Amino acid sequence: MELAVAQETVARWQFGVTTVYHFLFVPLSISLAGIVAALETAWVRTGKVKYFHATKFWGKLFLINLAMGVVTGILQEFQFGMNWSAYSRFVGDVFGAPLAMEALIAFFFESTFIGLWIFGWDRLPKRLHCACIWIVALGTVLSAWFILAANSFMQHPVGYRIDPVSGRAQLTDIWQVLFQDTTLVVVFHTLTAAFLTGAALVVGISAYHLARAGRGAETDGRKTAAMRVSLRLSLVVAVVAGLGTALSGDRLAKVMFEQQPMKMAAAEALWDTEAPAPFSILSVGDVGEGRNLVALEIPAALSFLAEGDFSSPVAGINDTAEEQAREFGGSREDYIPDIFMTYWGFRLMIFFGMAGLAVAAAGLWLTRKRFWLHPAHRTGEDEPPHLMLTRNVRMNAFLSRWSWRVAVLTLAFPLAGNSFGWIFTEMGRQPWVVLDLQRTADAVSPDVGVGRQIVSLAALSALYAVLAVVEAGLMVKYARPGPDVGERPPAKDPTLRPSDEDGDQPLAFAY
Amino acid sequence: MHLADLWFILIALLWTGYFFLEGFDFGIGVLTTRLLARSGTERRVLINTIGPVWDGNEVWVITAAGATFAAFPDWYATMFSAFYLPLLAVVMCLIVRGVAFEYRAKRPGARWQRSWERAVVWTSAITPFLWGVIFANMVRGIAIDAGKSYAGGQGELFNGYAVLGGFTTLALCVCHGTAFAALKTDGEIRERARRLAPVLGAGTLLMLLAFLLWTQAGSGNGRSLGTLVVACAALPAALFLSRLGREGWAFVLSGLTVVATFATLFLALYPEVMPSTLDSDWSLTVADAASGSYTLTVMTVIAAVFTPFVLLYQSWTYWVFRRRISVDRIPAAH
Repeated sequence: MELAVAQETVARWQFGVTTVYHFLFVPLSISLAGIVAALETAWVRTGKVKYFHATKFWGKLFLINLAMGVVTGILQEFQFGMNWSAYSRFVGDVFGAPLAMEALIAFFFESTFIGLWIFGWDRLPKRLHCACIWIVALGTVLSAWFILAANSFMQHPVGYRIDPVSGRAQLTDIWQVLFQDTTLVVVFHTLTAAFLTGAALVVGISAYHLARAGRGAETDGRKTAAMRVSLRLSLVVAVVAGLGTALSGDRLAKVMFEQQPMKMAAAEALWDTEAPAPFSILSVGDVGEGRNLVALEIPAALSFLAEGDFSSPVAGINDTAEEQAREFGGSREDYIPDIFMTYWGFRLMIFFGMAGLAVAAAGLWLTRKRFWLHPAHRTGEDEPPHLMLTRNVRMNAFLSRWSWRVAVLTLAFPLAGNSFGWIFTEMGRQPWVVLDLQRTADAVSPDVGVGRQIVSLAALSALYAVLAVVEAGLMVKYARPGPDVGERPPAKDPTLRPSDEDGDQPLAFAY
Repeated sequence: MHLADLWFILIALLWTGYFFLEGFDFGIGVLTTRLLARSGTERRVLINTIGPVWDGNEVWVITAAGATFAAFPDWYATMFSAFYLPLLAVVMCLIVRGVAFEYRAKRPGARWQRSWERAVVWTSAITPFLWGVIFANMVRGIAIDAGKSYAGGQGELFNGYAVLGGFTTLALCVCHGTAFAALKTDGEIRERARRLAPVLGAGTLLMLLAFLLWTQAGSGNGRSLGTLVVACAALPAALFLSRLGREGWAFVLSGLTVVATFATLFLALYPEVMPSTLDSDWSLTVADAASGSYTLTVMTVIAAVFTPFVLLYQSWTYWVFRRRISVDRIPAAH
C-alpha cells in the first residue's frame, strides 16, 4: 500500500504514543512500591494500625497502576523488532544485552514477588511479606537501571565498536554501557523524578481526604490518621526527590551540553554560538531563518548551567548543524531537531517538576507537627492539620481552601513533567536514533509497509484509550473512599506451614 | 560447541519454559468457560489457581524475546517484523489479559465482571493459537529475501500447516490446563477436570500426531524424531495417570508433552533459526544470526548466575500457594 506518509513518521508516532503512555505508569509503580514498602515496614515495626491501613490503601492504587505498567511494557520490547528491525539488527549486539538482563534479573523479581505480596497476606509471616514488597521495589529500580542504560547508549554510544564486516555495532565493554556517566546521571534523574511523581500522587490524594475532614465532612478519625501519616511521609519524599531531580537535572544538562550540544542548543533556542550565553526565558523563533524574533533572556546564565562559570561559550544550533553537515553530509537543516518541541518540552519539564517540588516544600512547612508551632495549634494524629504560616498565625479559611486544592492538583504535575522530559530528550536527539551512528529514518523495518503500521498505531491507540478510561475510573473509585478502616490486620502472624484448619480458611485475597 | 549453539539451546529452553508455564495459564483461561466452570464462583476458583503465578510465568516470554534480541539480533529482527500482525494481536491479547485478571474483581457489577471473564477466555485462546502459527511458520520457513527481510504477505502466514500448528498449541495448552486444574482444585471442579481430560486428550493427540508428523516430514531429523515419540507417548500416559487419580504425575506428563513438542520444533529448526523458502542461502542460521562472542559471553555469565535464583524463587512461590482451591475457599466478592 502506497500512502503519502513516511514509514518513519508512523513508527515514531507509535513509539511516542506508547512510550509516553507506558511511562505514566512506570514512575508511579517505582515510587509507590517504595512508599508502600516503607509504610508496611512502619506497620511491621510499630504495629500501629494507621500504617496498616495506609499500606493497604496505597497498595491498591499501586497495583492498579502496576498492572498497566507491566502489560504496556510487553509492547515496548516487541516493537523494536516489529517497527524498527533495521535498528534491531544494527544495535542488537549491544542494546539487547541490557534488555535481556532487565527481564531475567528485574522482571522476574517484580512479577514473582508481587504475586507473593498480593496473595500472601495470609500465607507469609508478616516480615517475609514485607520483604516481598521491598524486593518488588528493588526490581523496579533495577529495571529502570537496565532500560536507561540501553537508552543512554542511544544518547551517547560507548563500549562498542563497528564491526568492519557487517557494519554493525558490537559490544566491547558491558561495564561502560551500564556505568557510563550518561547512564548514572540519567538513572539518578529518572528515579528521583519517579519518586517525586509517586509522592505527589500520595500528597494529592491525602490532601483531598484531609481537606474534606478539615471542612467538617463526617469522617472516621482512623482514616484521617492514615491519610495524615501518608501526607507527611509523601511530602518529605517529594521534597527530597524533588531536590534530587533538580540537582541531577543540572548535572545531566552539563553532561548533555558536552555530549549532545545540538539537543541543548535546541532546548534553549540558542541559534548562534555565544560567549557568555544567555538563558532563554521565552522566545518566538523563525526556524527557517535560524533566528529568534522575540527573546527574553538572562545574560550569561546558560554558560553557568553548561560550564559553571559566566563566560564560557555555548555552541549554537546553526554552528552545530553546519559542523554535522560537514561530517555526515547533507545540508544544515537535516541536523536540526524540532526546535518548538525541544524548546517547550524542556521548559515544561522543568516547570512541572519544580512546581511539584515547590508545593511539597510549602506543604511540608504548613502542615508541620511541632517545629516552631504554638502548642495550642497542634492537632492530634487523627485530626486534619491546620495550615500554619508562623508560630501563631493560621492561614485564613479562603487561602487554606485553595492551598488544599493546589495540593490535590499537584498530583498531575510531575506526571506531565515526565512526559515532557521524554518528549524533549528523544525529539532533541533527532535525526539520530543512535547518536551519530544511525539515523531514525534508516532504523525502520524495510519489509513492513506503512499501511500495516497505521493499523498497528490505530489499534493500539484505541486499546490504550479505552484502558486509560478504565484505569482512571478505577483509580478514582479506590482513591475517593479512602482507606478501608474496617479492615484488620491478620489476628496472628501467618506461618509458612499452617495447620490444616488454618490452611483451609478462605483466601485473604482472591481475584 | 560454540556459544551461539549454547544460546540457541537456552532460547529454546526459554520459549519451551514459557509454553510449559503459561501453557497451563492459557488452558485455565479457556477452561473458565462451561468446559469446567458452572458458576461465577467456580470461574473464580479456576482464575485463582493461577492468580499468584501468571505474571511470573509471563515474564518467560519477555525473557525469551529479550534473549533472542541480545543473542541473535537478526533472528529477533526478522521474526518480529515478519510476523507483524500475529504479534500485534498477541501483544494486544497479553495486554488485555493481564488487565482482565487484575481488574475483574475491582468492581462489583455483573456486566463488568462478565466482560473481563470473556476477555480472559478469548485472549487465553487466541494467544497460544497465534504462537502456534508463528512457530509453525518459523520451522517450515517463510519467504525471506536476500536482505533477511520477509517478502511475503501476512495472509500467507495462515497456511494449513501453520493453522494446524496453532490449533495444536491451543489444544495442548487446554489439556495441560486441565491437568493443572485437577491438581490445584478440590470438589466438583476437580472431578470434572478428571473426566474432561480423556475427552480433550483424545482430540489433542490426533492433532498433535498430525502436526508433528507433518513437521517431521518437512524438516525433521533423527533427534526431532526422538522428541516426537516422547511427546506422543507422554500425552496418553498423562491421560492414563489422570484416570488413576495420580494428578501430580499426570500434570508432569502433560507438561512433558508440551516440552517435547516444542523441543521437536526447535530440533527441526536447528541449525537454522529462520529458514527461507525462497533460497536456502538466504536462510538465517545460528552461526550468522548470532551476536559477537563478547556479548554471548557476558550473557552466559549473567544467565549462569541468575537463572538458578529465578528457578528457585519461582518454584518457592508454587510451594507457598500449594493448597488446593475449592469453592469454599473463595471469599465473598468485594
